[in-house]
Amino acid sequence: MKVAKHTFDAVIVGAGGAGLRAALQLSEAGLKTAVLTKVFPTRSHTVAAQGGVAASLGNSTEDNWHWHMYDTVKGSDWLGDQDAIEFMVKKANEVVVELEHYGMPFDRTDNGKIYQRPFGGHSQNYGQTPVSRSCAAADRTGHAMLHALYQRNVRANTQFFVEWMAMDLIRNADGDVLGVTAMEMETGEVSIFHAKATIFATGGAGRIYYSSTNAFINTGDGVGMAARAGIPLEDMEFWQFHPTGVAGAGVLITEGVRGEGGILRNAAGERFMERYAPNLKDLASRDVVSRSMVTEINEGRGCGSEKDHVLLDITHLSPETIMKRLPGIREISIQFAGVDPIKAPIPVVPTCHYQMGGIPTNYKGQVIVPKDGNPNVPVSGFYAAGECACASVHGANRLGTNSLLDLLVFGKSAGETVVADFKSGQLTLKPLPDDAADVSLARIARLETQTNGVEVNDVRLDMQRTMQKHAGVFRFADMLKEGVEKILEVAERAKHTQIKDKSKVWNTARTEALELDNLIEVAKATMISAEARKESRGAHVRDDALDCAETPNGRDDKNWLKHTLWYSEGNRLDYKPVNLQPMSADVEPIALAKRTY
Amino acid sequence: MSSKRTVQFKIYRYNPDKDDKPYMQDISVELEESDKKLLDALVRLKAKDDTLSFRRSCREGVCGSDAMNINGKNGLACLTSVEELAQPITIRPLPGLPVIRDVIVDMTQFFKQYHSIKPYLVNNDPAPERERLQSPEDREELNGLYECILCACCSTSCPSFWWNPDKFVGPAGLLAAYRFLADTRDQATSERLDNLEDPYRLFRCHSIMNCVDVCPKGLNPTKAIGKIKDMMVRRAV
Repeated sequence: MKVAKHTFDAVIVGAGGAGLRAALQLSEAGLKTAVLTKVFPTRSHTVAAQGGVAASLGNSTEDNWHWHMYDTVKGSDWLGDQDAIEFMVKKANEVVVELEHYGMPFDRTDNGKIYQRPFGGHSQNYGQTPVSRSCAAADRTGHAMLHALYQRNVRANTQFFVEWMAMDLIRNADGDVLGVTAMEMETGEVSIFHAKATIFATGGAGRIYYSSTNAFINTGDGVGMAARAGIPLEDMEFWQFHPTGVAGAGVLITEGVRGEGGILRNAAGERFMERYAPNLKDLASRDVVSRSMVTEINEGRGCGSEKDHVLLDITHLSPETIMKRLPGIREISIQFAGVDPIKAPIPVVPTCHYQMGGIPTNYKGQVIVPKDGNPNVPVSGFYAAGECACASVHGANRLGTNSLLDLLVFGKSAGETVVADFKSGQLTLKPLPDDAADVSLARIARLETQTNGVEVNDVRLDMQRTMQKHAGVFRFADMLKEGVEKILEVAERAKHTQIKDKSKVWNTARTEALELDNLIEVAKATMISAEARKESRGAHVRDDALDCAETPNGRDDKNWLKHTLWYSEGNRLDYKPVNLQPMSADVEPIALAKRTY
Repeated sequence: MSSKRTVQFKIYRYNPDKDDKPYMQDISVELEESDKKLLDALVRLKAKDDTLSFRRSCREGVCGSDAMNINGKNGLACLTSVEELAQPITIRPLPGLPVIRDVIVDMTQFFKQYHSIKPYLVNNDPAPERERLQSPEDREELNGLYECILCACCSTSCPSFWWNPDKFVGPAGLLAAYRFLADTRDQATSERLDNLEDPYRLFRCHSIMNCVDVCPKGLNPTKAIGKIKDMMVRRAV
């Protein structure tokens, strides 16, 4: 097969928030940049973010980045790297104000500033009282942000390759990254994108779980590509289950609902979060709220005929507040739960939402891997930002509104690093190996010729059910062990997927088969990393980790205060230290403590 | 509880790799209890026949991928309840745009028009250190405008757009144009109006209001177009 070759200064894979923010940096600096995206940019999953983006602007209540940093480190259960976290919270005001200048339609306070609402885990004065830190455009913040970023890229003449699916990372014998292969969906043809710099901004892989708030497209493409190309994945055992997915449908209901005063109730109508988090109550961190909900359900206090969910109540808010601040939530409730939240509470259940782990990066957006005894050596030519990357700012549990902040700060930072490396002459176009496209062509050829294979749908469903059952909100030692066996078995079957559609034009069966290859890498990484981590931390909570003085909440800092690194080859695990040192002398390290809300 | 039901479809099929011309396919699918929306049913159908091609992503009505013509009316598959549809459910691609395959249309012309209105804020003052101020009342002017998801249901239901997709901006593009005209932070009002001062670009709208009827987000492009026309008139006098 003939393979066309395109040459650019930089190629960005993904056009959600992180990809668009990075693209802007490159386009405005005049780099010849290609942005590859398998959906039109405004269809990317950033569009579904609702509640807001964190920044300590202090527009409604007193705030500062020190408090934001403390909340983020505590939220991460101390697994977040404090240098990257300091970098992110200090940059927050700048990137949010920039967005406002780009035209983002934030809601406003009476004095015309950006409107801010309270959100889970965000506090004043180191955990004391809730703070209004979430900058919001009604409950459509992600939509408003993604469109503003796309529009700014239209202004900057960014070159998009829309509906092109990246397939494989191209590396040379030294391990340098030289670009990607990609398939144009309209023609089915594979091309090589040869570039001096490659930025991955491909989002998460929430579709490894059966019940997920994530879009169909969230198949971990960049994460899977990186893993297959020998890059380790960091902290993949940590997945966020959002407390409030619509029961049955999985569609997200923003934490902003609780920020505006919403209350979670059990079958007895009790505000049960008062028992689990006496201080922040319904606005405790997401992992804490999700576990409390599952405990209520497991102990028989769930709602409905199956007692399988709890209720999110905003009937005490005025209809005006709901219509003004939560109009999208009202639409979603009516559409997907069949209730008008003005009149009746919304049935909700914890639902897979966000991938805390990912491709290891530093705060500059450089992808880093262990080499010659140094755990953090940049891979030449390779950068990543947003949910696909692990900087690591979210550690074991992300705070709401820190994801939109992450993609802005690190999308920009990765872009700035590429521009700086480009200008200093560090980035060069290295020769392509002759076999650069062979792996991708072989994957396509296998799908064309596979016989006696298995259906993509069946394998994907088995994977999703296995992940849901064996690596959910609460984890059990024996279930994890069994989960590893099962997921390896599913992964084996995924090598023999078969599709009926053999045509070239817009063959979505083929796309789904290629996506499954990426999902499987993420599923393996998750299950194997989770089985190995013999403690409870943040979103990873297991039954055999005891809550005692040495291991508060089951967290074992002596043995497990470290990042997991999983390699696809041989399913090998490695570990590297958490950076407990902030990047500047402006702040003391946030000292380890038991996490309570 | 688990009552399975069978739903009948008539679906527009066209695969340029093997079909000389498009045809309507009669097909039925058994739905699970949890399959509430048309998109659920299409996903179920695709599991049965993986050659059926359609776009989809968020499945909650915010990404705008799965717009199609459903029983003669444009809408989003993910927001349309199967229960409310008469059977056989007739699915066609959005009208007026070239079909690539099945219900996947070529949206180039649609986005070209969107891009033609310069869909970005123009403010040439030096950027202040903090946010530009905007009163809640001024911000409210953007409600009903900024929520557009670019699904193209409106423009592809508009006869004026069918006839002149290269010359008439269409309801989605004009809604976006007014979104920036209405923004107190934007300084390009007169350039924006100049850009639309043309027998086709704006004035081909004859207030047929199909756009309003089909918008899955409940937006009103006709009203926005009327406001642009008002601004043109006020500027002329």
